[in-house]
Amino acid sequence: MTLRIEPSVLEAIRGALEAAYPAEGCGFLVGEAGENGEAVVRRHEPVHNQRVEAGSARNRYEIAPGDFLTTEKKLRREGLDILGTYHSHPDHPAKPSEYDREHAWPWYRYLIISVELGVARDVRVWQLADDRMGFEEHTLNVGDS
Amino acid sequence: MSTSVTILIPSALRPSVAGLVEVSVEAKTVGEALGVLTSTHQRVKGHLYGEDGRLRSFVNIYLNDRDIRELEREATPLAAGDEIAIVPSMAGG
Repeated sequence: MTLRIEPSVLEAIRGALEAAYPAEGCGFLVGEAGENGEAVVRRHEPVHNQRVEAGSARNRYEIAPGDFLTTEKKLRREGLDILGTYHSHPDHPAKPSEYDREHAWPWYRYLIISVELGVARDVRVWQLADDRMGFEEHTLNVGDS
Repeated sequence: MSTSVTILIPSALRPSVAGLVEVSVEAKTVGEALGVLTSTHQRVKGHLYGEDGRLRSFVNIYLNDRDIRELEREATPLAAGDEIAIVPSMAGG
């Protein structure tokens, strides 16, 4: 399983997540899903982390359902899909947490970037296993189409 | 009387409904519409409902852009042309 992302999009996501530090930043991966689990990210849609107001954004993110619905309806008109989300792990590895697993949906790609002392480092992509017991890692292909 | 409404399917659940982006059903209430969907496409049922038969907490159902929790929940009546959206809660840590 491979997720391809254009370099400029990945750079924009890195920038957004560095700007959110020390809180977790988040947004949608937008693009097209093909056969055999392959997908291409065409752009990203940053969204507000609702946990900021709750004071728990240091290690949590939450996207308002209304933001999801608005984004998905807009993309439907463009022939694009929400492929998944991206979020940061401030000063933690780019691996899904147990909390990530409990809240994950099937099919979606979860791109995680570790942000260490404000600098975006490791980038990894994960998908929930069919039995929900863990994640499978995708190969990240950073390149132009 | 049943009316025809559309259910919008998020990309994550499309593999469970034969790849459909939206599904048209005849129903009187939101709950009945979801019942028709899950009886026609049984794989989607486990994603929407828990073992207690209730909608899962991280599943949001919107009727014409309003959360049904603000309406009459699954008993919310439907009118012709209504649009039901299944909206996943996206969260993590």
